[in-house]
Amino acid sequence: MSEPAIIEFDHFTFQYYSQAEPTLHDINLKIYPGEKILIVGPSGSGKSTLGHCLNGLIPFAYRGEIQGSLKIQGLETRDLDIFKLSKVVGTVLQDSDGQFVGLTVGEDIAFALENDNVPTAQMRERVAKVAQMVDMDSLLSSSPFELSGGQKQRTSLAGVMIDDVDILLFDEPLANLDPATGKTAIEIIDDIHKRSHKTILIIEHRLEDVLHRGVDRVIVINDGHIIADLNAHELVSSAVLVDNGIREPLYVTALKYAGVKVTSEMKPGHITTLSTELSGHALQLWHEKVKTAAPENRNPSVLAMENVSFSYDGKRPVLQEINFDIREGEMVSVVGKNGAGKSTLSKLLCGFEKEDRGRILYRGEDIRDKSIKERAEIIGLVMQNPNQMISKPMIFDEVALGLRMRQVPEEQIAERVDKVLKVCGLAPFKSWPISALSYGQKKRVTIASILVLDPKILILDEPTAGQDFRHYTEIMEFLVEINRMGVTVILITHDMHLMLEYTPRAIVLAGGRKIADTAASVVLTDAEVIREANLKETSLFALAQLAGIPEGTRFVQGFIDYERGLKNR
Amino acid sequence: MNAKLKLFSYNMADTFIHRLSGVTKLVCFLLLTFAVMFSYDIRVILGMMVLSIILMRMAQIRFSQIRLMLVYVLIFLLTNAIISFFFSPEQGVKIYGTKHAFAEVWGISLTWEQVFYQVTKFFKYASVVPLGMIFLLTTNPSEFASSLNGVGVNYKAAYAVALTLRYFPDVQRDYHDIYLAQQARGLELSSKAKFFDRFKNSLLIVIPLIFSTLDRIEVISNAMDLRGFSKSKTRTWYTSRKLSRQDVLALVVSAVLLLFTVAVSVFINRSRFYNPFI
Amino acid sequence: MKDLFKVNTKTIVATGLGAAIFTLLFMFVKVPSPVPETSFQTAYGVSAFFATLFGPIAGALIAFIGHALSDAIQYGTPWWSWVIASGVSGFIFGLAFKRTKVEEGEFKGKDILTFNIIQIIGNAIAWVVVAPLLDIIIYQEPASLVFTQGITAAIMNIVSTGVIGTLLLIAYAATRTKKGSLSKG
Repeated sequence: MSEPAIIEFDHFTFQYYSQAEPTLHDINLKIYPGEKILIVGPSGSGKSTLGHCLNGLIPFAYRGEIQGSLKIQGLETRDLDIFKLSKVVGTVLQDSDGQFVGLTVGEDIAFALENDNVPTAQMRERVAKVAQMVDMDSLLSSSPFELSGGQKQRTSLAGVMIDDVDILLFDEPLANLDPATGKTAIEIIDDIHKRSHKTILIIEHRLEDVLHRGVDRVIVINDGHIIADLNAHELVSSAVLVDNGIREPLYVTALKYAGVKVTSEMKPGHITTLSTELSGHALQLWHEKVKTAAPENRNPSVLAMENVSFSYDGKRPVLQEINFDIREGEMVSVVGKNGAGKSTLSKLLCGFEKEDRGRILYRGEDIRDKSIKERAEIIGLVMQNPNQMISKPMIFDEVALGLRMRQVPEEQIAERVDKVLKVCGLAPFKSWPISALSYGQKKRVTIASILVLDPKILILDEPTAGQDFRHYTEIMEFLVEINRMGVTVILITHDMHLMLEYTPRAIVLAGGRKIADTAASVVLTDAEVIREANLKETSLFALAQLAGIPEGTRFVQGFIDYERGLKNR
Repeated sequence: MNAKLKLFSYNMADTFIHRLSGVTKLVCFLLLTFAVMFSYDIRVILGMMVLSIILMRMAQIRFSQIRLMLVYVLIFLLTNAIISFFFSPEQGVKIYGTKHAFAEVWGISLTWEQVFYQVTKFFKYASVVPLGMIFLLTTNPSEFASSLNGVGVNYKAAYAVALTLRYFPDVQRDYHDIYLAQQARGLELSSKAKFFDRFKNSLLIVIPLIFSTLDRIEVISNAMDLRGFSKSKTRTWYTSRKLSRQDVLALVVSAVLLLFTVAVSVFINRSRFYNPFI
Repeated sequence: MKDLFKVNTKTIVATGLGAAIFTLLFMFVKVPSPVPETSFQTAYGVSAFFATLFGPIAGALIAFIGHALSDAIQYGTPWWSWVIASGVSGFIFGLAFKRTKVEEGEFKGKDILTFNIIQIIGNAIAWVVVAPLLDIIIYQEPASLVFTQGITAAIMNIVSTGVIGTLLLIAYAATRTKKGSLSKG
């Protein structure tokens, strides 16, 4: 193989004008035509910056200083512009709503051709052809509001493939997708790779999900340096992942808990290639030993729905006959694919919408007649995007807002805000402007601004969306603390790790009905529920089967309990 | 509220008017609107109104689609008629140069000139409405931008309109969510609050809406740059259509109607006004 | 001077989304005024905000598209005389583009003054000159009526542009302060 590299970084350093230090340091990397590469790294590692350098957003949209050289197809990128680069490198961004600029699928796929002044007739032909490749040809006149997240992403993919680019760059393709759709996305990317032999780069921090299909190499970036450049088996069996704050595949963690030394000979890169010849016995022993001792919550009921049905237009039901009973101090996740009724459920609980039939009970009492404002003192809702909640420049004022609007005396406000800031670990930042905070800290501010009203129940919509492993853990451990203080926590999510590790109980919605209400370990091992709710079977279950452990669900539960035990130590 | 609320209830019927290209409809709309805005001859205006109501029926626009708009228009026109009378009860006399009083109310004399002026003005305002409705309800939103570009509007400005239509539902959904979340925190947008506080309260919704939008602007403009937007002086459109014979016919008829309107003013009325009083 | 009218992709996107926000606020978010049956349009504060950040072209288009679209949704057709006046106001607001230090994170005394002088001129020209003249030319509205309406509108819009626009720009400036000094940790 003496083919020249298609992408070649040579002592490449980049520093944003607004930053005090370079974001990428002395990068040396060669990528060959037809390779499929995964680039992983925690938030702020520089992996997205690397992507921006490839597609030309640096230096076109983000100014900075470049040292060294980056060649694509033998041409120095600093001599090309973003438009020339876009003919070689096609980028699929993580925000598929932001990338979907057309009013319909067809227009969006055609966007690049429109800008190239391709005649309309020819354009229609090419759009039809590419749409077929991603299976969107029957939806060409659909608007983005009629599409699922996966369909929007496929449209974006078609929109960059229409230029017949040689390199496809995926920037966090899994960030906004539910587990099953994410799995499909990885399969589509793999199929395109096999069929077209394009060079493919995937930037992600969700390693296990990308490794659902094979990759040639995994490049690990942290602090602007390339830390490792290995194949999947070598990487997973090394210490690189743990050292750099990237979550290793769950089955690998389980192997380690069982005392197995994971080596590349076991082919641990993918669960499908993993050999358990040598580890099966250890896993069985560990499984026997682990005590599943989750104490059952016997507190009185705090929030219940009784036969609740709801429809926006009076015709199409969004929720049908929903029943559940949540006990005080529980931590519950509500899962299901987009449109299953999750967010409608939270709107009903907060009183934003009124149930058509049935009752919502707080401590056994119907709360139908309570206003939105009154309900907020019982049930607090934290929205997914903190920027959609923050309306004051200073932290103190933002947290105090709910109290001020309730005409609480100013001395009391100071006291209550101080207390809640301390709980949320924000006390040192009390007089800071919010704009100086990180995303995670902003999230805490929004949680604090709800907690200050002293609600008994907290509902959070996708609290960890888009967060890397470290920030995810920080936010979730913080919620566990709040939960321990007696606040009941309801999480609306499609993050399977989150439900598995943090919520002993999961309520699953599909098509507006409740299809399961049980332990997360049961949900994620039940093929029927997984299929209906667009979830994905956990790799722990597959591991149990490989190791010849028949009670797969109990194995998963054992893993969760063991892990909780480690964290609480 | 349904977040997927459509902007206009564009109906996908297959009529003569629907089949016309967006450019044609836009040009005809502009020509005819200009005609009724130019003319102050009630015969021309009423003629145009009858024509556009016939066109509305041809386009299969249902009354239910436009009922609410009609109510708003009527409220607007009636208010205008009343205020305009009290502000200047002699405006008609001034325009038509004669004075035929037929009654007197509270010391203000009612003249036929004033009645004629206000009736004409009423229909002059009203006649634009069906034209606008036909254009909006029969034009696929996807064709708006390409049509604007087709009549000579710079494609970047035209694309801004496409982006507005694309992201309006998103903005509307965000607005609704933010409003509810702030209500939960205790916000009330009533007139009970003190004057300056009312502004401050509205900012509790506007600030999160704008600042989350600023983040999106960056993402969207990156996505567009990455696919070559604004790299050349022109662009083509996926939705543009070739002009058919029917398009040409519609354009010619509209142009003739405008010329006719102007001709009526120049040769018959010898001014923009039709004056039955001399 | 040429910079004032430079339009890149970001300007266009800001225009499109700004017009969407303008449309929405124009229809739904009005602040009730002490005079019955009238209200302050928060939307003009928003067009002034975007115009100050993105220039006169963005400002003019945001107000023009936004006003035309909300008229179309409510009445079935835009009332051109007022739509054009809105566009003119947005254009003049845009003359504040690059005249303040808001992008560098500062929006105080002199900047606030500059912004408000420009918005007062913009509103005055749009509502006391452009809108009444168009109404007289097209509809032969009585001059006394349209100028009274125009002056009222100008005063109301000056107040709401002044309050909302100034507060938004102050809030925006606050988000810019920490940039340029970012370091990890």
